[in-house]
Parts: sequence; structure tokens; C-alpha cells
Amino acid sequence: MNIYWDSFKTFFKIGIFTLGGGYAMIPLIEEEVVNHHRWVSKEEMLDLIAIAQSCPGVFAINIAIFIGYKLNKVRGAIATAAGTALPSFLIILIIAMFFHQFEDNEVVAAMFKGIRPAVVALIAVPTFNLAKRAELNKFTLWIPIVSALAIWLLGVSPIWIIILAGIGGYIYGRITA
Amino acid sequence: MIFFYLFITFFEIGLFGFGGGYGMLSLIQHETVEHWHWLSSAQFTDIVAISQMTPGPIGINSATYCGYTAVKNAGFSMPMAVLGSATATFALVLPSLILMVLICKLFMRYMHTHAVESVFKGLRPAVVGLLAAATLLLMTADNFSTPKENLWQFLISCFLFIAAFVGVKFIKINPIHMILYCAVAGLVLFY
Repeated sequence: MNIYWDSFKTFFKIGIFTLGGGYAMIPLIEEEVVNHHRWVSKEEMLDLIAIAQSCPGVFAINIAIFIGYKLNKVRGAIATAAGTALPSFLIILIIAMFFHQFEDNEVVAAMFKGIRPAVVALIAVPTFNLAKRAELNKFTLWIPIVSALAIWLLGVSPIWIIILAGIGGYIYGRITA
Repeated sequence: MIFFYLFITFFEIGLFGFGGGYGMLSLIQHETVEHWHWLSSAQFTDIVAISQMTPGPIGINSATYCGYTAVKNAGFSMPMAVLGSATATFALVLPSLILMVLICKLFMRYMHTHAVESVFKGLRPAVVGLLAAATLLLMTADNFSTPKENLWQFLISCFLFIAAFVGVKFIKINPIHMILYCAVAGLVLFY
């Protein structure tokens, strides 16, 4: 079978069947790509996960591009990236088209009044989880605090914070090396 | 013109979106709500809720939805809104495609060097700040109401916020289930 079509189909399936975002996709990707199709080895997969995690962009898309590129260079990467993004795109498009009609419905409005505070909490939770993983100490604790205040109170773009933090990390690495 | 700005904005978000789906949300929130005013704060929160409950990566889901709503809010027709969602999604993925291919081709062996690792060391604490800022920026009257405007809704909102936080963080309730519980609570308490 055509490998482009095959890899597109595999990632389309991964895109459809994972609820809850990027990291929830890892087990399914491993099952399909490592165990079923044997496109990459278990060790390569661990490396890919580490690199895809530290790079910017959507985690699942990054993994898909890596594997697609390994199979068929750039055209392979386009096939797997399209496969991963397409189910989301189509499902959301259908919801977006119809949600506008229900938005003003009183039942839907009441439900979303209850959902909104919960969603804010869902964004607050990974803040604390990430803080734990970043292993903040008394020398680095100011970084997230100053970043958050600069964005929240001064309206600084998060993009500038990212750029500054990257440069800062690099310079600090040079000094301590 | 909005399509051009959508493309540039979501390309930037794709390029600087470190820290997974939620890290990216803080960029999307800043650009689409605070900077361009394409969406209201409540619309953005609704989009995050729907993105969380539907299959697929949260970044792709919310880019698609934001692209659609931004164009729709600007007064365009539905086919144009579909084009907007395609623009945003394509622009979000494009930097990944370029970067990942470059890494595969050229930089694979630099990924574990001291210089690259120090850059990531600087990024990690900053991404925590990004998420904290996104949380603070979403604590608006749009999402919680105010004691003056509607005391009942404000108190319930605060309660649901705390309940959802404790539920997901400490009791490890699945986030999708948590959204559904709060939808039921909203229906019972606000309808």
C-alpha cells in the first residue's frame, strides 16, 4: 500500500481517537507507530518525544512531522501533519458552525456560565504542575512571577517573555560554563 | 486583511508556543483577546472548553475555532469564516513543519549541547509565568460576573472555580468530566 496514504491514515486515526490533548496521545502514537507499523524503534520514539516536547508548537503535530519526515522526507511530513490536524479541524468546524445557533439558547447559556470558571481552573492547574516540573528554587522563583506580572499588568506580549527567557538562559549558561 | 493578520498571528503563536497546549493557550489568549480584540474573554473561554472536550490536540482545536470566530465576529459570511479557520490552523502548523524538518536535516546533533539546554532552562520558568498570566487574565467579569452585577452568579462562579481546581489538581478528576459536572451545575443553578 502507498506509504503516504498509510501514514496519513494512521495519524488521522490518532487524531480522531485522542481526547484531552497532546500528552494523552503518546500511548496511542506508540502503539501505532512503534508496535504496529514499526516505523521507528522504541528508543528512537523516546528521543523524538523529548525533542518534540522541548520544541515550540503543537506536541502531537511535532511528533507526526518527525515520523513523516523519517518515512518520506518533506512530503511524508506533510502527509502525517495533515492527518493529525484534519480530524480536529473538521470536528471543530462543524461545532463552530452550529454553536453560533445555540449560543443564545438559555439552556446552553446557563451551562456555559457554569463551565467558564471551571475552564479558568483547568488553566490554573497546569501552572502549578509545570512549576513543580521546572524545579523552581529561591533563585529562579522571580522569573515566573515577573513574567506573569509583566503580561498581566503591563500588557507585555508573552512572545517577548519567551525570547528574553531564551536569551537569558543562554547567557546564564555561558557564564556558568 | 483579517486573513493576513490571522496568518501572521498564528504563525507567531506556532513559532513561540512552548510548553504544550496550555502554554500555547496563553499566547492565543493574549493575541486574539487582548491584542487584536477578535474575541471576547467569554468567547475565548468557551472555545477552550469545547477544545478540551473534543478529540485532538488543544492547540489545533482552539486555533481552528478562534480563526472561525474571529472572521465571523468581523462580520464575514460562513464560507469566509471557514477560510479563516483554515488560515489559522495552517499558520499554526507551518512553523512546526519548518522547524522539525530543519532539526531532522541539520540540527539533530545540536539538540543535546550545553547551549541549547541552557536556552530551555531559561524557558521553563518563564512558561510557568505565561500560564499564570493566562489564568489571571481570564478572571474577568465576562467569566465570573461581578458582586455588583450579579452576586449569585459571582459566588457560584468562585465556588465552581475552586471546586474544579481542587477536583482536577488533588482528587485527579478527569478534566473533561469536570467540565461536564460544571455544565450540569450551571444548568441547575443558572437556568
